[in-house]
Amino acid sequence: MNFITALINGLSAGGTYAIIALGYTMVYGIAKMLNFAHGDIIMVGGYAMYLTLLAAGHPILALIAAIVCCVVLGVLVERFAYKPLRGASPLAVLITAIGVSFLLQSVAQIAFGTSPKMLSALKIGGFFSIGTLKIDYSTLVTLAVTVLVMTGLTVFVKYSKTGRAMVAVSEDRDAALLMGINTNAIIAVTFAIGSALAAVACYLMLTKGSSVTATFGAMPGIKAFTAAVIGGIGSIPGAMLGGILLGVVESISLSIPALAPYTDAVEFAILIVILLVKPAGLLGKMRREKV
Amino acid sequence: MSQKLASFFKNPFWRRYGNYLAVLAVAVVFGALSISGVATSATQYLLEKIAIAVILAVSLCMVVGFLGELSLGHAGFMCVGAYAGGKIASLLVEAMGGNQNNILVLLLSLLVGGIVAALFGFIIGLPALRLRGDYLAIVTLAFGEIVRSVVMNVPATLFGGTLGLETPRFNKKYLFIFALVMVIACLAVAQNLMRSKHGRAIVSIKDNEIAARATGIDVTKYKLFVFTVSSFFAGIAGVLYSYSNYRLQSANFDYNYSIEILVMVVLGGMGSINGSMIAAALITFLNIKLQTTLTGNLAVLQNFFYAIILIIIVIYKNAPGLKTFREKYNMNVLWSKLKAKLQKQPDTTNADAKEGAENE
Repeated sequence: MNFITALINGLSAGGTYAIIALGYTMVYGIAKMLNFAHGDIIMVGGYAMYLTLLAAGHPILALIAAIVCCVVLGVLVERFAYKPLRGASPLAVLITAIGVSFLLQSVAQIAFGTSPKMLSALKIGGFFSIGTLKIDYSTLVTLAVTVLVMTGLTVFVKYSKTGRAMVAVSEDRDAALLMGINTNAIIAVTFAIGSALAAVACYLMLTKGSSVTATFGAMPGIKAFTAAVIGGIGSIPGAMLGGILLGVVESISLSIPALAPYTDAVEFAILIVILLVKPAGLLGKMRREKV
Repeated sequence: MSQKLASFFKNPFWRRYGNYLAVLAVAVVFGALSISGVATSATQYLLEKIAIAVILAVSLCMVVGFLGELSLGHAGFMCVGAYAGGKIASLLVEAMGGNQNNILVLLLSLLVGGIVAALFGFIIGLPALRLRGDYLAIVTLAFGEIVRSVVMNVPATLFGGTLGLETPRFNKKYLFIFALVMVIACLAVAQNLMRSKHGRAIVSIKDNEIAARATGIDVTKYKLFVFTVSSFFAGIAGVLYSYSNYRLQSANFDYNYSIEILVMVVLGGMGSINGSMIAAALITFLNIKLQTTLTGNLAVLQNFFYAIILIIIVIYKNAPGLKTFREKYNMNVLWSKLKAKLQKQPDTTNADAKEGAENE
């Protein structure tokens, strides 16, 4: 029974990781950069919800405000920090992303101070039980939202014109440009979608009753990045698989008392083991380098 | 005058040994000041931190700048070295009757810390052979986080748990001199390695791995080698850090610290040992000054300024769109213009300098 509870909780935590990991993986696939500031977009979403709740007080309104805020921020960051560096060395882009991450964190600290902000209005309490099995309502909400987001995104990428343009750009940017795709616009759209997903993930994390601080997004960000790499960075189904796998491993590790303090280590060790076996991740494609 | 100065620095002797002598001069001057009791403890602290940062930056420069692999786990190797060396040092001090100023213990712990870190570098270097670019970066990052989490959670008697591990209190008057000596050792290894045929092999791997392999360079061997040497010095820096802080806390070795070291290497101009040294010294100096001046409510501004400066420098130095701007307003051009203005009538050396700058 304990194991089944851990499994269900793991699926839910994994869903959140998967949603964040999608942001990493899409940006990597299309702009070929590691967006280290993605985790901090989550944090900004959290503060946006905090402010909306203070002003209007409705959770759904807060979620919408956070999505809008994150999308605008994501696109602005892309425009002013990453776009000037398109074509520069990947390391330069990486350092800029790290700089943006520091910047967002410090601005949040200046604006909101260091004390954690509780968002109790977003918390979904209560649980229902089947026999001895207890399932939180927040877990159910997370699972439902995850399934919804994943199917929505898959359909969007497969069947919409923009989605297919995104696939084309990630396959070969120059060829896509020759086919008449506005690659700059596609990259901006990708950042917008990734940031919107970050806001959704932030909402899901807050339904479990966490509080927001300036470093709220850092650890989930790193873990989701790990998940994206486990699944094969650049691959959308890979990010989903990696996220859920990581969540389940985390939850099972937490449920074993001897292993619980080492959960972080276990998760990262899984990453190393998987990369040793499959150097491009579970669903990633190994591209042979040609001279 | 300027011609004399220029030829003085173009002298091969200075090009070769200038940085050693600079570090040595700092060690001798401040060492004398410190032993005679003139230098304040703040200066000693600053020099310790700068020496540690320089060792870290130069050792990371070998991996990122010369081998061309991205490592985000340098603080992890440092953490391994710090805990191994710190633990040995505190055990030895206890066994030898509590004399905390034992030089032998310091040297031994430096060696142990370095070797243990090098061992881990070797182990992490193994997957590095299969992985490329960003995948390797995330593996090193994961390694750093694993080390941190394990060290914090093993039974407190071993590494002190969340409270941290207490390490010997070496006399601050002399500690930074040892740190600077370690800087010279690190420089000697890095510089001589890079000037040898092995160094050229390593750089060729960065430039084009496939071509390097085709020329008969054992890529596997060199990658492992560079990882091991680099983590050896990271471990030494870790031991110095443990001596400098008296207490080790694993939270200090998180990935932000690795990134800080990476920033030093990148800002120093990747692949330049002197650049890494200067960037490390300047950033550490700036950080400590910001920490001491911006206190209380202003402390939050520290990271803000740091981030802004970082973004602006990277965009200025790398943006393809700013190429013409860079060519018009770079240091060389501005410098030669200034010189021309100061001397009113430009002589031949200035014209040379100007031409040289324009050619670049």
